[in-house]
Amino acid sequence: MEIFQHILNALQFGSFYALIALGYTLVYGVLRLINFAHGDIFMVGAYIAFFVAVSLLGTGGLPLGTGMDPALTLALTVPVTMVLTSVVGVALERTMYRPLRRKGANRLYVVITALMAGLILENGNLALLGASRKRFPDLIEKVVWNLGGVSITNLKVIVIVAAILVFLLLEFIVTKTKIGMAMRGISYDKFAIPLMGIPLDTIIVFTFILGSGMAGLAGILFAMSYPILEPYMGALIGWKAFIAAVVGGIGDIRGAIVGGFLLGFIELGVVAVFPSTLRDLFAFSVLLGILWLRPTGIFGVAQTTKI
Amino acid sequence: MKKMTVKVLVAVLALALGSFALMGCGKDSDTIKIGFNLELTGDIPKVGEASKFAAEMLKEDINSKGGLEVGGKKYKLEFIYQDNEAKAESAVNAALKLINQDGVVAIVGPNSSKQAIPAGATCNDSQVPMVTPWSTNPDTTKDRPWVFRACFLDPFQGPVAVNFASKQFGAKTSAVIFDIANDYSKGLAEIFKAEWEKKMGAGTVVGFESHGTKDQDFSAQLTKIIAAKPDFIFIPDNYNQVALIVKQAHDLGYKGPFMGSDAWGSAELMTLCGKDCIGQFFSTHYAAAGAQGATKEFIDRYNAKYKYVPDDVAALTWDATRLVLQAVQAAGKVEKDIKAERKLVRDALAGIKEFAGITGNMKFAGTGDPNKCAVVVQISPEGKFEFKESVCPE
Repeated sequence: MEIFQHILNALQFGSFYALIALGYTLVYGVLRLINFAHGDIFMVGAYIAFFVAVSLLGTGGLPLGTGMDPALTLALTVPVTMVLTSVVGVALERTMYRPLRRKGANRLYVVITALMAGLILENGNLALLGASRKRFPDLIEKVVWNLGGVSITNLKVIVIVAAILVFLLLEFIVTKTKIGMAMRGISYDKFAIPLMGIPLDTIIVFTFILGSGMAGLAGILFAMSYPILEPYMGALIGWKAFIAAVVGGIGDIRGAIVGGFLLGFIELGVVAVFPSTLRDLFAFSVLLGILWLRPTGIFGVAQTTKI
Repeated sequence: MKKMTVKVLVAVLALALGSFALMGCGKDSDTIKIGFNLELTGDIPKVGEASKFAAEMLKEDINSKGGLEVGGKKYKLEFIYQDNEAKAESAVNAALKLINQDGVVAIVGPNSSKQAIPAGATCNDSQVPMVTPWSTNPDTTKDRPWVFRACFLDPFQGPVAVNFASKQFGAKTSAVIFDIANDYSKGLAEIFKAEWEKKMGAGTVVGFESHGTKDQDFSAQLTKIIAAKPDFIFIPDNYNQVALIVKQAHDLGYKGPFMGSDAWGSAELMTLCGKDCIGQFFSTHYAAAGAQGATKEFIDRYNAKYKYVPDDVAALTWDATRLVLQAVQAAGKVEKDIKAERKLVRDALAGIKEFAGITGNMKFAGTGDPNKCAVVVQISPEGKFEFKESVCPE
């Protein structure tokens, strides 16, 4: 029975890696840019969710005086947070990445800018809200089911289902819609595509909306599962999700989801079998082994230039 | 364009130099400077905040009466707070800054052993007296004549937890989850394990799992622990991690009790943990609920001023700072030379044999470590830390 519990835990944590890895991979797929600020956009998403939720519940934040029902609050918090987080993502693109792109800067500089953007978000949050942690309110009544020795909460199910639905939705958008075709086209040739009348900037903004929206969703789900928010919460999980995206084959949506779940399984699997002290050492050695065998990741295709 | 760049560079340099020059100024012979090396940001910001609040209260008390009287003359106190971000390397930098730039007489803090051990080495090497309010790891003061503390040690706290849990829960087996990157947590976990197995026999610690400081998911470790069916889980972790661990253990179907250590005792524990922590026990330095005398007076004043019940760190900082001030007074004079003054204060600190603190009476036997009692508290349904029992060293 212990093994099923471990699998379930791995699926839940893998879902977070997968949701965040999707954001890395979308932006990389279109722009060939590693958006290192993505983990911090996830953090901003969690904080936005916090402020939206407490404002609606009437327990803090903006004094809306609504005193809303928790279930209704959740139903409103999800779309509002996703929209607001997308706005943050697009704002980063407009103020930091686009000016550099216009000036024809090398991608390396844009990546460094992304790193700085992440640090600005973290420390901006620290300056604005202080170092004290925020406790995310309980929006759904927690139910613990016990199925023959395996404990599962309703939240875990929601997280896993959400990750899979998001994957299916993104896969559909990218492979079946016109705008998805445009995204793939830009990924293929950034210079020829605009000549065919496809608005480059619009597609890039759309990509950031998708990626940041997913980070916002991951932020809400994470805050509900691990209800303690701090300014640096996005850094480590962001890096790990980035590694998951690379192992899966960065630029490929299937790769992000496979890489995310794989990292979840390896990390928790190592703890389940070996002393937990060795977790990160073993987990990342395994990932290194995978990259050794397939340097472009599981679904990746070799390219001439990569960062 | 190029000239512009040069000008900007020169301006920046001038500013930087200017600020360095300014730092040296402002020396006043009528003030005594005490440095505070605190966790104001980072993982445990509430700990640093509580320390700072308690110190500010003490400073206002003394300065409002004209200052601290040493050898018939009154000196104003100046407290300088440095943030160590709850990181070991920043704690060393903060200590060096207090010593070299601010020229403090003595340093109070850091609180957590993770920071206090390296900062203690720095202070000892630089020959600056340091008193840590909250660091319980033995290494902080070991072989360091310049380093003192105001709290009990983990080799004392470990057995307190062992004895209490075996009695209270009737436990035969236990499990431990701890932070591998935190000296305090790791040290206490190992002491607990050794002590429990000494008492109950080999193999009675059925789970011994670690995690990283930045981890948020403990489900794998907890699944392993719960599968081993311990009678209770010992968590020598900081309060922010405790909140997540206890919650996740409940999510995984664990219904047994938890036992904690003094790092649980932050005022922020209950805001973060909520109902999951109610009814759990932990060993700590003092119990705010039901305190009497000077302790109660401190709690009431703090509560009135900062709107929450002070946690053990606040009370220990109060004691640690008073220890330093008592030593400054006991020295009988204030030397102009900062190095000589530090030596005077250290010798006076080492000369203190007994001290009546608000966290209990302390007896020093010349090692810098006090002999004092620990209390075990239970978290009440209202989120108060209620006195359960007091354990004193023989």
